[in-house]
Amino acid sequence: MSEQSEILPTRQSMGGIAEQLTGIPLHFPADRRWVIAMTVASALLLLLIVSVVELFTRGVGIWGINIPVNWAFAIHNYVWWLGIGHAGTLISALLLLTGSEWRNSLNRFAETMTLFAVVCAGIYPILHLGRPWYVYWMLPYPATMGVWPQFRSPLEWDIWAVLTYLTVSLAFWYTGLIPDLAAARDRATRRGWQIFFGVAALGWRGSARHWQRWQQAYRLTAGLAVPLVVSVHSEVSLLFAAGQIPGWHSTIFPPYFVLGAAFSGFAVVSIIAVSLRSWFGLKNLVTDDHLDVLGVVLLATGLMTGYGYVFEVFDAIYSGEPHEIQTLVDRFAGAYAWTYWGAVIFNFIPLQALWLRRVRRSGWMLLLISASVVVGMWLERYMILVTSLYRDFLVSSWSHFTPTFWDWSTYFGTIGLFLVPFLIAIRLVPMISIFESKELLHEEKEEHQHG
Amino acid sequence: MAEQLYGALAEFSTPEDLLAATRKAREAGYRYLDAFTPFPVEGLDRISRFPRPTISFIGLGGAIAGAGTALAMQFFTNFDYPLNVGGRPIYPVSAFAVVTFELTILFSALAMLFGMLWQNWLPRLSYPVFNGERFHRASKDRFFLCVSAEDARFDASETLAFLNGIGALSVELVPE
Repeated sequence: MSEQSEILPTRQSMGGIAEQLTGIPLHFPADRRWVIAMTVASALLLLLIVSVVELFTRGVGIWGINIPVNWAFAIHNYVWWLGIGHAGTLISALLLLTGSEWRNSLNRFAETMTLFAVVCAGIYPILHLGRPWYVYWMLPYPATMGVWPQFRSPLEWDIWAVLTYLTVSLAFWYTGLIPDLAAARDRATRRGWQIFFGVAALGWRGSARHWQRWQQAYRLTAGLAVPLVVSVHSEVSLLFAAGQIPGWHSTIFPPYFVLGAAFSGFAVVSIIAVSLRSWFGLKNLVTDDHLDVLGVVLLATGLMTGYGYVFEVFDAIYSGEPHEIQTLVDRFAGAYAWTYWGAVIFNFIPLQALWLRRVRRSGWMLLLISASVVVGMWLERYMILVTSLYRDFLVSSWSHFTPTFWDWSTYFGTIGLFLVPFLIAIRLVPMISIFESKELLHEEKEEHQHG
Repeated sequence: MAEQLYGALAEFSTPEDLLAATRKAREAGYRYLDAFTPFPVEGLDRISRFPRPTISFIGLGGAIAGAGTALAMQFFTNFDYPLNVGGRPIYPVSAFAVVTFELTILFSALAMLFGMLWQNWLPRLSYPVFNGERFHRASKDRFFLCVSAEDARFDASETLAFLNGIGALSVELVPE
């Protein structure tokens, strides 16, 4: 192993890690902050409920969408949320397979983030349906009408991709959680917690035979999750690229979307990592070295996304298609140029500070840069959607899009939909993988002793 | 002490001690061994001579079932309700690729999760070793070797003495 194996301070004991991490759900240390965060999150969730009730009562006309901009916030935020989710799977699955030690302190809350981000993404296409109570029409069931769903339609692919992604993420998350639930069960003293963790851990006892099968299942599921992430976001971008709208009809879209997704997702992972370690005093497990690696990954995925920006311009010019070039000019200088330049500024300017090691190792700086990336990627998805749609081939069909109050309230509401279950999860399950941290600590101590 | 015994449990403080003890136990002729550890210990399955896990085959079966289900579903729905959209083919394999891929992964992942639980006999909320006095540390920082009472060489006092002799921190008998 390289010097990277020194990512956890070796002074701590295995038992100490178990006590510390199971202590977070069992004896919650940050009550006041949690209550404040939960109040804000619940208010946002309430806003979502109000917005959805209003939407279901009055229809999608309450949003600013029109013809030709018939997809706006719904698909824009769908892509944005789904993208955020992807970093969680990449951290837990890809880094598990490549054996990166720095994964262990981050994977659990990254996976948790994935689950709830995918839920936020998943509700958007349903809300966008004119008649959302017919969403079950997407599934093949023997209807009396004799009609089946149209599997040749990209929109039908969506529901399979998102449901699969959600289910597999949940399975992967829970598989990794079982041993830690058992550790929490063995530490619990109050009856309620004993029952909760006892049932949730399914009677896990750390038997060598169990570990053997468990490891194989966990690794193979990780192996499946990596192509799944790529396929889900490629599928989303195929919905765009398969259309003929100028600005979307581009082969760069699948990799460009996947990398942009990883970029925004790693930004949110950094935000959560910095927040959790300061909330719960986890600096011994989420060390400055972890922030350093997150900074490097953020910089790398950011530069790859930047390549997508450059290629998009090249693609339009090289095609020589007047409408493609018109869309390009609209992005640079049209009515929504602020989204393009906003994306460029928020995504790439603060990012360059991450070349400095000192910046990467500072929690605050990483937090600010990540927040900027999250905003930048949100603007980018806005730009991709609206600048392509508002002016297509016919001048007679040109129109503008202005988000209404209900667009915004639904969007901010989904942040509540993300935060409420996330905050509940923090209270219920260990947010850092206990057994993997111990495994790593043991390896490092070995390394230390034997040189 | 109960009449029926599950086995003898020996506690060790490091995975290396556990591996060494397992090796000695096998050399002494014990065959019915299990270990309980806070994280997977590398090499333990080899020393204990556990059979190779078969989760990968379950996963492969799930993948084939998933791909088959997806393709059958898509071909059938288009066969049962053929819709001509701009003269495009009714059975376009390229358009079926996404859903087929997703279901392959979905079925495979779920098959492996449930296969793992099923082969491990989980959920089983109660298990004899949970009665062990110090067993709660198996999920914390201790490594336990268990010699089952079903082992041909098992003899309560002799096995305890043997486990003490190979450097266990503590030994105890676990009732069934």
